[in-house]
Formats: sequence, C-alpha cells, structure tokens
Amino acid sequence: MADAHSQHHPFMQHHFADAQQQHESAKLGMWVFLLTEVLLFGGLFCAYAIYRAWHPEMFVNANELLSVPLGATNTIVLITSSLTMALAIRCVQLNKSKPAGIYLIITLLLAATFLVVKYFEYSHKFHLGQLPGKYYSYTGVEGDNPHIFFSIYFMMTGLHGIHVLIGMGAIIWAYLRTVKGHLSSAYYTPIEMVGLYWHLVDLIWIFLFPLLYLIG
Amino acid sequence: MSDQNHSVHVMPLWIYLAVGGALLFLTVVTVAVSYVDFNAILGIEHVNIIIAMVIAVIKATLVALFFMHLLYDSKLNLAVFLISLVALGIFIGITMFDTMRRGDIYENEGGVIQQKALMYENMPEKTDSEHH
Repeated sequence: MADAHSQHHPFMQHHFADAQQQHESAKLGMWVFLLTEVLLFGGLFCAYAIYRAWHPEMFVNANELLSVPLGATNTIVLITSSLTMALAIRCVQLNKSKPAGIYLIITLLLAATFLVVKYFEYSHKFHLGQLPGKYYSYTGVEGDNPHIFFSIYFMMTGLHGIHVLIGMGAIIWAYLRTVKGHLSSAYYTPIEMVGLYWHLVDLIWIFLFPLLYLIG
Repeated sequence: MSDQNHSVHVMPLWIYLAVGGALLFLTVVTVAVSYVDFNAILGIEHVNIIIAMVIAVIKATLVALFFMHLLYDSKLNLAVFLISLVALGIFIGITMFDTMRRGDIYENEGGVIQQKALMYENMPEKTDSEHH
C-alpha cells in the first residue's frame, strides 16, 4: 500500500499548499500573538505613565529602594539569553542539532538565573514590608501613596516573570524536539516560534528596566 | 523530502554576535547615563527619561530587526509589529493628554463676558432690563 505521506516532510500539514506557506502562516500567527502581548504589557505601561505623572517625587523616592546592580544583571542575563536562543535556531537551520541543544540549555539556565535574581529582590522587599497595595507596610519612602509604586512594580515584573517561566517551559519543549531529531533545516518552525516569544520577553524587559530601576 | 523551505535565510554568525555586543554595550550606556542629571545640566525637564527611552528604542529595534528577523522576513510581519506600537502609542498618548490636561478648563471659569462686537456701539443704552 502506497504511503500517502511519502511525498512530503512528516510535519507538513495537508491544508497548506507547501512547507513554505505553512512556515509563513505560523510566523504571521505568532506575530499577531506578539501584538496582543505588546498591548497586554502596554496597559501596564500606561498605568505606570499615569501614576508617575501624578506622583513624580514619590516615584523617585521609591525607586531608590530598588537595586540597580541586580536590575542591570538581569538585563545582561536576558540579552545574553536572547543571543543564545538566536544561535540555537541558527544551528537548527544548519542541521547542527547538538550545538543547538547546548545553546537551548544555556538559554534555559540564563532564564533560571533571571528568576533567581528576581526571587532575591522580591524576598528582600517582602522582608521590609514593601508589598503591593493594601499589604504595604514600609515607612521609609517620602511622598504620598508609596504603595502605588510597589503595586506597579510587582504587577509589571510579576507578569513579566510569569512570561519568563512560560518561556522556560517552551524552551524545554523545543529542546526535547531538537534532541529527538524532529527539527532540521527543512522544518525548524517550532523553535523559531519559541525564539520569537523569547525575544519579546527580552524586549519588554528592555523597557521595564530603565522605567522602574533608573528613574532620577 | 522534496519541499524544503526555499528561502531558508541563515544569518551569518557575526551579525548575531555584533548585535548581541551592541545590546550589551547599550545596556552599560543606559545605566551610566542614568547617573548623570541632564535635567540640571541642560535646564530642561524630562531629558533623562527621554534619553533612556531613546536608547531603549534603539535596543528594541536591534532585537526586532535582527534577532527576530524582521529585516529579512515578509514585510507583513513588520507591519503587524508596527501596528501594535502605533496602537500602544495612541493608547498611552491620548490617556496622557486627558489626565495631564484635566483641570485646565477651570482656568477659564467665571470670565467677564466682553461686549466687543461693533453692534454694541450702535445700540441704545438699556434703561431697564425687565424683559426676559
């Protein structure tokens, strides 16, 4: 019995004209999703803009309680992880799945480092009572309503941290598919989509870092 | 397997490394510049945040064009990304217009109505203002 699927790549789906169209459709769909992610964080950036415009001095005072070295470290960690992610995809495009797997593991470790640093930042704040909203109890910030700054800080970095965690899951999935041999120069769409998501997570942090850590 | 991706565009390694290096360098610049009070030096407000945002936009452009391949992909993907930024700009822009200018109308409250039209020069003086 003739194998009906012998003429095309095993991961090519029949409702597409060819693999090229399937790849471009996946990429367009991913970009539309990234558009929704930009607007998701955009809402929080808008809240930041409003409250900072209403309480500029309080924002400067509260900002001094954040650690610029830790924030800068996290920025460097994420940018490097974006680079290793891009290199992993490039290796898959060149049919070098072993280096690709290594780059993915490094990306994963960098992502974990990011979350560990955030854990230290958060636990330090919890210890001092710098908590969001009605749980705020720290008295060392001058200005009105300092809990607003920390509400915004925890909301934005928390949502971003959840995205990093989800990204780590996606990277593990991409790693498993790479080592199983599913991906090659003929079909690398899954890892490229994970890469696009990961670069967006980095992009959002590129804006979060100066707005939260480098005020004044 | 007969249907390969016909336009697998593999970027040269040096571009990735150069962009990565530029991003790390710009991070250092962002942090260094934040310690200089340009507002005081130039005497204008908000300079520091404008500089920080300009550098952030440059970094974002590098990530989007090279790491995310927008420079080499179908322009539709770039259009989708730019549309998201335009929508975000309108969202934040109009919200800030509203919130920053909300009380301005009160500066114009209770002003005297000035009868400057020519017709008032030709009108007889009102002796009584009973009607209406």
